[in-house]
Amino acid sequence: MAFLRITSPHTHAPTDTATVMRLVLIAAVPGVLALTYFFGAGVLVNIIWASIVAVICEALMLKARGYKVSFFLKDYSAIVTATLLAIAIPPYAPYWVVLVGTAFSIIIGKHLYGGLGNNPFNPAMIGYVVLLISFPIQMTSWAAPVNTLPDQPATLGIFDAIAVIFGFAADGVDAFTMATPLDILKQNSSLLVSDVWAANPQFGRWAGIGWESANFWFAIGGCYLLYRKVFTWHAPITMLIALVFWSALFYDGGSSASGGSPMFHLFSGATMFGAFFIVTDPVTSSTSNRGKIIYGAMIGTLLYVIRVWGNYPDAIAFAVLLANFTAPLIDYYVQPRTYGHAKSSSKNKDQS
Amino acid sequence: MRKVFNIPGGIHPPENKHQSTGTPIAMAPIADTLIIPLSQHIGAPAKPIVEIGDKVLKGQMIAAATGFVSVPVHAPSSGTVSAIGLHPIPHASGMSGRCISITTDGADEWIEHKGVSDYTQLDKAQLLDIIRNAGIAGMGGAGFPAAVKLAGQPNKPIRTLIINGTECEPYITADDMLMRERSEQIVKGIKILAHIIEPEEILIGIEDNKPEALAIMRQAVTGEKMEIVQFPTKYPSGGEKQLIQILTNKEVPKGGLPADIGIVLQNPGTAAAIYQAVVDGKPLISRITTVTGEACENQQNFEVLIGTPMSHLLNLAGFKTAEVNRLIMGGPMMGFALQDYEVPIVKTTNCILAPSQEELPEADQEQACIRCGMCVQACPASLLPQQLYWFSKGKELEKLKSHNLADCIECGCCSYVCPSNIPLVQYYRSSKAAIREHEADQQRAEHSKARFEAREQRLIQEQEAKEAKRKARAEAAQKAKAAKLATAELAQNEDTPTNKDDIIQAAIARSAAKKAAAKNDSASDDPVQAAIERAKAKRVGGTVEAERAEQKVEKLEKKLATAETKFAQAKDAGSDKLAAFQAGIDKINQQLADAKSQLSEPQAKAATVENNADGDASDAIARAQAKRAAGKVADTPEQQIEKLKNRLHKAREKLALAEADNNDKIDAFLSSVATLEQKLASAEKALGESAEN
Repeated sequence: MAFLRITSPHTHAPTDTATVMRLVLIAAVPGVLALTYFFGAGVLVNIIWASIVAVICEALMLKARGYKVSFFLKDYSAIVTATLLAIAIPPYAPYWVVLVGTAFSIIIGKHLYGGLGNNPFNPAMIGYVVLLISFPIQMTSWAAPVNTLPDQPATLGIFDAIAVIFGFAADGVDAFTMATPLDILKQNSSLLVSDVWAANPQFGRWAGIGWESANFWFAIGGCYLLYRKVFTWHAPITMLIALVFWSALFYDGGSSASGGSPMFHLFSGATMFGAFFIVTDPVTSSTSNRGKIIYGAMIGTLLYVIRVWGNYPDAIAFAVLLANFTAPLIDYYVQPRTYGHAKSSSKNKDQS
Repeated sequence: MRKVFNIPGGIHPPENKHQSTGTPIAMAPIADTLIIPLSQHIGAPAKPIVEIGDKVLKGQMIAAATGFVSVPVHAPSSGTVSAIGLHPIPHASGMSGRCISITTDGADEWIEHKGVSDYTQLDKAQLLDIIRNAGIAGMGGAGFPAAVKLAGQPNKPIRTLIINGTECEPYITADDMLMRERSEQIVKGIKILAHIIEPEEILIGIEDNKPEALAIMRQAVTGEKMEIVQFPTKYPSGGEKQLIQILTNKEVPKGGLPADIGIVLQNPGTAAAIYQAVVDGKPLISRITTVTGEACENQQNFEVLIGTPMSHLLNLAGFKTAEVNRLIMGGPMMGFALQDYEVPIVKTTNCILAPSQEELPEADQEQACIRCGMCVQACPASLLPQQLYWFSKGKELEKLKSHNLADCIECGCCSYVCPSNIPLVQYYRSSKAAIREHEADQQRAEHSKARFEAREQRLIQEQEAKEAKRKARAEAAQKAKAAKLATAELAQNEDTPTNKDDIIQAAIARSAAKKAAAKNDSASDDPVQAAIERAKAKRVGGTVEAERAEQKVEKLEKKLATAETKFAQAKDAGSDKLAAFQAGIDKINQQLADAKSQLSEPQAKAATVENNADGDASDAIARAQAKRAAGKVADTPEQQIEKLKNRLHKAREKLALAEADNNDKIDAFLSSVATLEQKLASAEKALGESAEN
């Protein structure tokens, strides 16, 4: 009788790429719900719209590249990219912003570099940066969080959101936009930090209203992924530590020149989302544990530098893309010490 | 409680051990035929010492060890040797190996054997001899000859003896059951081992998923200088290097052996086998094997004779052929798939795994690596499996080496956790083979380079030797020349002019003869004339030669006279050139003799020519004339034309040949061809005229 002729190992853990991707999507749910609560249904509409665009682009590219479409679509990677990108786009940006960004992410950011596993840059962040540079007005018009102003209308429902995004909304239905806390603090040049807090209604306990919660829930989702061992603590935690380190160093007690407190930075903008959902993208980051520490610290540092001294109020995308450049180099120089070796091979390499 | 250390990486696959621990170890009945491979260990295969048809008894040695790293093989039961030859053996490649087949007689009759009553009275070498002669090879998996490992090296004292009761592979429970049921044998075996290697400490490492074995072993070692070390279950803690790290926090240096850091590892099964060999005098002819997997009705451990066909054992376990999807020797992580279930149980068969399709399904299709790094977290050797994967795919052998592929123990953790179902270990195996091949190639290249260089060296030496010889010769020649010069001085006065005239004359004569011959050739359409001319030329040539020789003799005689005069003068004057003169005279004498003999030859020749040439010539003339007459009579014009054509054809061929050779007779051939053509034309014309007439 004919037996299977397979070499060891004969058994396999019940995880697959699709499971990993699904876990990432599940972990993003609390943060997305928080965003939806504070900024309205536009968040959800963007995610769904981006996912549709992404799946279509992915299918077309897979077909064009001669892959089995149904098999490779099932890995959910396109939907993850789309979701991460959509979360980063302002909730009521016109539909074509999401369309252009998502298509760029999937077609150019991912497939033209060789598809899943071969792209050197985080596709979602590539899409985001393209949008930010091309359409700065649409990309910086964030909706105001709910209940920040006394006469503010309620956040838009799902149908109004669709109407606004796709441009057929009736008069009077509009999203109410506002500068983000990061923006306000960045533009501040004369007020003490405490005065800035008092002068602007969108500030909450630690950072902006809505932003605090969203960051908190994204952090919870990230901890779930850590618990499920989807990624290791090295990159996200060192990124946060670096951010805290720099912001503490330059906080100066809240003068008008202050860059903001560590807590403000941790819970502002896309910090937690970036730390647990972007920095941890395995394809584009360093692979060894020590490499991940360097990689994470680098992103945390760049994040603070660009936020405080750069031209953009938030900088996750730029920090991550810059660190993506360095990942192969880090991998080359930071090899773990192999069992039985006195030193890591990368150190031996330097000596020889 | 001893501190245990953690190893990096590792996984927790489903253990699946409970299925086979429910029932005690069963004795497997003797199979009708036992197939005993000659190579069940690492090292040189054993050499058969029985013949087909021989009766053998249980425990009788049937193949002897060959070399130091080798162990003998014994008959597991009594019977008749029925075959010695190739038979499929359990091997990852599915290859066949040399085996001795024994048809058992069912009597299971032991050969006379006797144990040692008090092994402490024996010294190390004697005990090692017993262990080696009992055919004991490591029973954990690799099958390294136990005696070789225990002998150690004089400069590497062993500090720690570790008994590896980890059994971290899923499904396998052979060591677990052995520890539960035969702890006494194991402990006594360990004491023998301790007597041999005299370690400072003895550690028995057991994972915490075997509470029964732990309890029993703890009981068994009370009062002994041994320590049971319990540590958390994790695959691959049972790897030799990993267990050393867990128990001692030391690492075996790369490319080294545990002995390098003063450690020796043994398997509990090996310890029990050593006990049986030393105390009972029984060689290693049976072992405990787990038969498990959902395709078996009764999953349990058997004590089975080495050489028992697996099918025999599977049938005992209620094997369901329809349900099995593969047959694995060893565990699901590092075991290898068998292609045939007639392969025998060998000394290293700790488990036969017959899983069903649902139990161990085939791997899903390989997907893209997303560099998730799960493999990095799982790798117990702290490698970067995903980098190794890229390099393997790209066949970047140098990078694979610099990323320490050689330190991969192929435990399979990376493949196990890979969410993209990439068969990483297979990539590594293939790359390891590629590296081996590449290195072999390099070695060959190195070798031929050395050979080439040696050859170059040799050629240079030969050249130099030649050069030296040539120089020596040149020096000798120089000396000779000096001597000659002296001679020449003596002879200078008279001989040169005559000599020169002579040569010129001879040359003129020769060229004239040649010319004449050439003329003859060119006019050779008439054979008679040609023959006459040739003969004449010969005569002239002969005469010229004779004349030349005569002149030479005369000249030499003159020269000799002068030389002798000079010699006499020199003698009178007491010149120091006396010897040179003497030599010159001798030489001239010699030349004279030569010349004289030459003279007599041409003279004789000339005489013959003179006597015969006329006769010859007239004969030739007569023959040719007769021929011509005959030709004239017989030939019709047509025939003549035909002949002429033939001759023309031949002449042309000759011309072509001459042209090809760049012969100096081309002109002659050319003219002869022209003449023939002319003749042919006129003959044809004549024929035409006659036809018209």
